[in-house]
Amino acid sequence: MRHPENIPTSASFSRDHIQTVGNIFVKDARIECRSVDVFYGEKHAIQDVSLDVGRNEVIALIGPSGCGKSTFLRCLNRMNDTIPGCRVSGEIKLDGQDIYAEGLDVVPLRAQVGMVFQKPNPFPKSIFENVAYGPRIHGLASNKLELEEIVEKSLRRAGLWEEVKDYLRHPGTGLSGGQQQRLCIARTIAVNPEVILMDEPCSALDPIATAKIEQLMDDLREHYTIAIVTHSMQQAARVSQRTAYFHLGKLIEVGETAQIFTDPRHQLTEDYITGRFG
Amino acid sequence: MQKSTLLFLLLLISAYAFHIGRQRSRQIVGGRVTNLHSLPNYYGYYTALWALLPALALLFIWMGFETPVINHLVIGTLPEASRSLSADNQGLLINDITNALNGSYGEAKPELKTTVDYLRSLKIRSNWLLSLLAITLAFMGAFFARSRIHKEHRARNKVEQTVMAFLVGSSLIAILTTLGIVLSVLFESIRFFDKVPITDFLFGLEWSPQIAMRSDQVGSSGAFGAVPLFTGTLLISSIALIVAVPIGLMSAIYLAEYASLRFRSVAKPLLEILAGIPTVVYGFFAALTVAPFIRDLGADAGFDVSSESALAAGLVMGIMIIPFVSSLSDDFINAVPQSLRDGAYALGATQSETIRQVVIPAALPGIVGGILLAASRAIGETMIVVMAAGLAANLTANPLEAVTTVTTQIVTLLVGDQEFDSPKTLAAFALGLVLFLVTLVLNIIALHIVRKYREQYE
Repeated sequence: MRHPENIPTSASFSRDHIQTVGNIFVKDARIECRSVDVFYGEKHAIQDVSLDVGRNEVIALIGPSGCGKSTFLRCLNRMNDTIPGCRVSGEIKLDGQDIYAEGLDVVPLRAQVGMVFQKPNPFPKSIFENVAYGPRIHGLASNKLELEEIVEKSLRRAGLWEEVKDYLRHPGTGLSGGQQQRLCIARTIAVNPEVILMDEPCSALDPIATAKIEQLMDDLREHYTIAIVTHSMQQAARVSQRTAYFHLGKLIEVGETAQIFTDPRHQLTEDYITGRFG
Repeated sequence: MQKSTLLFLLLLISAYAFHIGRQRSRQIVGGRVTNLHSLPNYYGYYTALWALLPALALLFIWMGFETPVINHLVIGTLPEASRSLSADNQGLLINDITNALNGSYGEAKPELKTTVDYLRSLKIRSNWLLSLLAITLAFMGAFFARSRIHKEHRARNKVEQTVMAFLVGSSLIAILTTLGIVLSVLFESIRFFDKVPITDFLFGLEWSPQIAMRSDQVGSSGAFGAVPLFTGTLLISSIALIVAVPIGLMSAIYLAEYASLRFRSVAKPLLEILAGIPTVVYGFFAALTVAPFIRDLGADAGFDVSSESALAAGLVMGIMIIPFVSSLSDDFINAVPQSLRDGAYALGATQSETIRQVVIPAALPGIVGGILLAASRAIGETMIVVMAAGLAANLTANPLEAVTTVTTQIVTLLVGDQEFDSPKTLAAFALGLVLFLVTLVLNIIALHIVRKYREQYE
């Protein structure tokens, strides 16, 4: 991990510069967002954001509270649909297909783009049923044996199998916070998504549980694309390959994580990561 | 002086006491209120309480003992013949005298004239004495409290202790009343079980509570087997629940999950109004509209439906308890955290899958609690069944026949002229006891489930 002492003192773009700095494009992008605007009623929560998310990369979305990073994340699997008064415009493509196209069914979309939330939210069901829920509603298993296989595989990938294999019938809500969060990740993996969105997944966890989840993200990168919103810059530096800095609903700077944290080019980015702001 | 005038005066005095207490506290610290232990108002309240409470206590004690003492004095002045009367007759005599005093039932009999005058003078004296004592006590209390005020005096703590004592007293009144009712029902039931064995009552299949009042009367000797009543209650409550649970639950789901905010804000209060309709209105709706409708419908379909049927009563009662189910279920569905819904949506569940598989199971304990509360309401409901279900104690499971319930029978047992110690009257208490125990158990289970659920999510 990189330490804040390495940060230089001057940036090339002043605070008034409002265009996104850095390269928003990646080769062979999995998700392409172009000119995305989000309104909550009158409030313009996201303003003209364009960003690509590549395959098998972890992209960290950072920025002060209320900057729109969670809202942006929730656009990627249309979770904003459940919020009354929320309006999204612009274009978001997953594997070349517009996810806001008219008549698009959100059910397969959300199976492709899974989400892990800030607070662990296991269903009030058994550990097994929590993981089996997704495969069941999507009909991924044709019999009980297959379902059990999926559950085991998902729990193994989430690094939880060894801890819970003898307690699969116990309620998921009885696990510790860190275990619950890994259960939620297992639940998300179980429907075999392509992209996993994580909205501050470690903010309710202690450092040991956080370390486990971060290790897990590194392992999961092999199979999935991950977008993570985090308030911890150390965490962004540890887990991500690219970092995007949001400020007041605008995307300020995008770049390789190493470059963002050692050599930010926008003054606002530098202010934030050096602790002068936010 | 009238007691109400006295009460008003006492309140005035305590207002004055509030004033002098507050003044005194300010005066002690020379206006620097921060040097006082409590705010000046608390010293005011403290003084006012000292002025009011002892005087009020005196007032109530006086009112309790005034009549017996005066009556005793009056009887002391009566001629020997009256004094040696039995207690009952003495009571009648006193009544005569009091009536004469109040001027009701015309003029007093001449021989009582002196006694009436004596009683009047006693009452007037008693009133004046009471007023004098109470007012003196109020002033004494006020000045005593004022003299106790000093800088370190913990007036706030004392006032708050007094307030707490009032709160404890108020809750005690409710608890003790309940306890009193339960005990009286229990003791009367025990008297009933002396006359009719408890096994006959609980397991007997025939209910016919008529008792021959005269030895030569032709009539039944009374049968107190309550099973037909229990089955009748069960039948009607089951019909009510079969109506109320699906309708209530589904309307709750619609209101909580699908309805727009504006529709919900109109529909929910409207639904709750159902619970506010007096049950007697439901009763005549059941008896005059629903029951004949069902009878005609049955007649058309070739069934023999009695004009007072369990079905009619149960249907209407079901409508009545819909709000219990829907309102509570709606609250509990709303209490399911949004994060659980988000979790299901994020896995690609549709709205109805989310509701059926995540929201309802999570809210289930609360919903069950609501249903049990509705059930205990249905079991205890009286008016509708009295009017619509009939009085015949049929032991049947056929909802088209007339049945009767525990509550209906309690009403019929106690309406009209009754001997208080006949088994017929006492049976009402035994039925009441059973009813009470059943609803109590249901409520305890319901509250337990509801509480357990609350712990999980708040």
